[in-house]
Amino acid sequence: MLMKADARQSPESASIQKATRDIYLPPERRQIAGGGTPHISAKDFSVYYGEFEAVKKVSADIFSKYVTAIIGPSGCGKSTFLRAINRMNDLIPSCHTSGSLLFGGEDIYGKLTDEVLLRKKVGMVFQKPNPFPKSIFDNIAYGPRLHGVNDKKKLMEIVERSLRKAAIWDEVCDRLDKNALGLSGGQQQRLCVARTLAVEPDVLLLDEPTSALDPKATAKIEDLIQELRGSYTIMIVTHNMQQASRVSDYTMFFYEGVMVEYAATAHLFTNPKDSMTEDYITGRFS
Amino acid sequence: MNLGTRKILDRSFTAVGIGSIVLMALALMVVVVPIVSNGVGAMFFTGTVEHRKMLQSEFKRGEPRELAGEVAAAERYRARVYEMLAGFEAEMERMKPEQKAEYEEKYSPVRKTLQELLGPLPGDPAPMLTRFKYGQTRWEKAEERLHDLLYETKWDTSNPDVMSKEYFVSQATGFEGTSLAQLFPYVEKNIRKILLPKFTIYWGFLTDSSVDSHFFGGIWPEIQGTFFLAIGAMLFAFPLGVIAAIYFTEYAKPGFFNSMLRSANSTLAGVPSIVFGMFGLAFFINTLKVSESKSVIAGALTLAIMILPTIIRAAEEAILAVPKTYREASLGLGSTKWNTIATVILPAALPGILTGGVISLGRAAGETAPIIFTAAVSVGSAIGLADVFSSPTPALSWNIYNLASEHEAAAQIRHVQYGMVLALVSIVLLLNLSAIVLRARISKKLKG
Ligand SMILES: Nc1ncnc2c1ncn2[C@@H]1O[C@H](COP(=O)(O)OP(=O)(O)O)[C@@H](O)[C@H]1O
Ligand SMILES: [Mg+2]
Repeated sequence: MLMKADARQSPESASIQKATRDIYLPPERRQIAGGGTPHISAKDFSVYYGEFEAVKKVSADIFSKYVTAIIGPSGCGKSTFLRAINRMNDLIPSCHTSGSLLFGGEDIYGKLTDEVLLRKKVGMVFQKPNPFPKSIFDNIAYGPRLHGVNDKKKLMEIVERSLRKAAIWDEVCDRLDKNALGLSGGQQQRLCVARTLAVEPDVLLLDEPTSALDPKATAKIEDLIQELRGSYTIMIVTHNMQQASRVSDYTMFFYEGVMVEYAATAHLFTNPKDSMTEDYITGRFS
Repeated sequence: MNLGTRKILDRSFTAVGIGSIVLMALALMVVVVPIVSNGVGAMFFTGTVEHRKMLQSEFKRGEPRELAGEVAAAERYRARVYEMLAGFEAEMERMKPEQKAEYEEKYSPVRKTLQELLGPLPGDPAPMLTRFKYGQTRWEKAEERLHDLLYETKWDTSNPDVMSKEYFVSQATGFEGTSLAQLFPYVEKNIRKILLPKFTIYWGFLTDSSVDSHFFGGIWPEIQGTFFLAIGAMLFAFPLGVIAAIYFTEYAKPGFFNSMLRSANSTLAGVPSIVFGMFGLAFFINTLKVSESKSVIAGALTLAIMILPTIIRAAEEAILAVPKTYREASLGLGSTKWNTIATVILPAALPGILTGGVISLGRAAGETAPIIFTAAVSVGSAIGLADVFSSPTPALSWNIYNLASEHEAAAQIRHVQYGMVLALVSIVLLLNLSAIVLRARISKKLKG
């Protein structure tokens, strides 16, 4: 098999040691995750658009089953870094990388890596809700069908389980055959989460999942992330500092492509090491 | 810019916009109204007993007994005409030679017009062409012939400074003092009883073959040929075009070769259709020898090449218009590229692709030049599906041109030509309309 989530290695790197040293976790969280095991490890990892280096030599470990938030001003490379993890950037012809990025110990950009399998393991939810113009059922069943589940009963099970996990089952259970584009923005976004969960990924990448939603829908998505924490390794890009502090265990601060600081969330927000981080979280620039 | 100026500008733009739309609508009316009103005349007209005779003997249409009654009724009035002719012919025999010669010269056009009006007269040899077997089948034509019979057209050229003027001289005066003089008032008075005009609806115009190169009958072979050619062209061009569009949008690496291909495609879309016609003859018939000579398949292939660039471009645009987010969603779920194309991109692009397809279908149906050398014949019967590989076919577009310009009696069968134009315009309009409906329905389904 290409990549197993439990085949974990911990490359010794200065930044990782720094991150673990800075980690502050409430005890109950520590139990859920069984400590910080790296799931995704970047080492001197850069992403370029042509000549332009959008992500600059990032070295960090993303810990298994924890929620890691990425914050930073617009254009600092948050999305680029996130999309590098499931190779969504492959869609951009000019985009290329250097350094190493490991997922469960295997090189994401390795020559033999099958990006299709990778994306099955590393699901992504985008900024703008993007359901297919198909029925709610077909949206959720899309992934399982791709991966060979065709039995109607089994599909129904998966659809229900995924929609329940995404806390939207009660709202849509009586109209699974209706077009998903008829749902509200917030419902669509939770549907997209359910669709991603249906292929049973290990990692969930969320790129500003609430920026297109109203406060009520945002609260629902945040609740959902709370529900899912502990079951999935979650990475969430957000503009909203409150959101980052509410939902995440760890936070990364990016500035102009550089990962300036990476620490346990409570720690980073109360006790930032870097003056840039402090300026950003106190709202001196954005 | 201050508010007042802005409002004035807005208003004047509205006026210009509405004006141009109205102008366009008027221009369209100028084209469409005559087409429809004349074309409808091919199916709805006042037909004479001659038309019913023709339908009965050429197509076995109508009630034979009823027709026999009508013919008998008409013959009663015609018999008097025949008597007068016979009487005058006998009278001429008794004349002095120079007088006889003079009357014969005047009599011969009268007799000929009567032939045209009533069909073969007693004593005439059986005509070879079907068109001479019957009198005037359409009342408005009969009225024209009647006028020819009653009046001689003369031109007043006395004043060289103005255009010569047309004037009519009663034919009867030419025969004054002879027994024929009474013929003219008799025919004029009894023309309705002789021809029995009756409002006729002739749907057979759409479903019958033509008789005697479109003198009588319908345009079914042309309609069928048009469908064969257009649908045949689609069968080749549509799958090929969609595949090419997928290649261009999803697989082609940007570069010299790719941009060459693209500009070649754009150029092809602008090549005059007659060039495709010549190409079709040279390539499909002379080089590939898909058929001995003109055939439906050669025409369909030529049309396919002609519409291919349009289909490719429409499909390309439709595919590019599919939101990037669908692609990301699908790939993000671990879908392969091909799977994403097949299950997400193509369904979402379908309305645009189909619209391009149906509009191209309409274009293939309407083009004349590509089929002149490859598929079209001016007169022919409807061919079977099995014959498409070997037989040419008549087709609406080509036959409209042919009837307008090359037919030996174009002026006498204008109604057929207009009928064909109406049929062709209707087919193209229907196709475009169905494209709009199809597009709306699929878009609605996609939007939920
Ligand atoms: N497709 C692209 N081509 C070239 N440059 C890009 C592309 N996408 C993003 N960039 C650039 O990369 C930088 C990081 O972008 P992004 O990761 O989207 O930032 P963020 O998500 O933090 O707002 C920006 O300067 C942006 O202009
Ligand atoms: Mg972004």
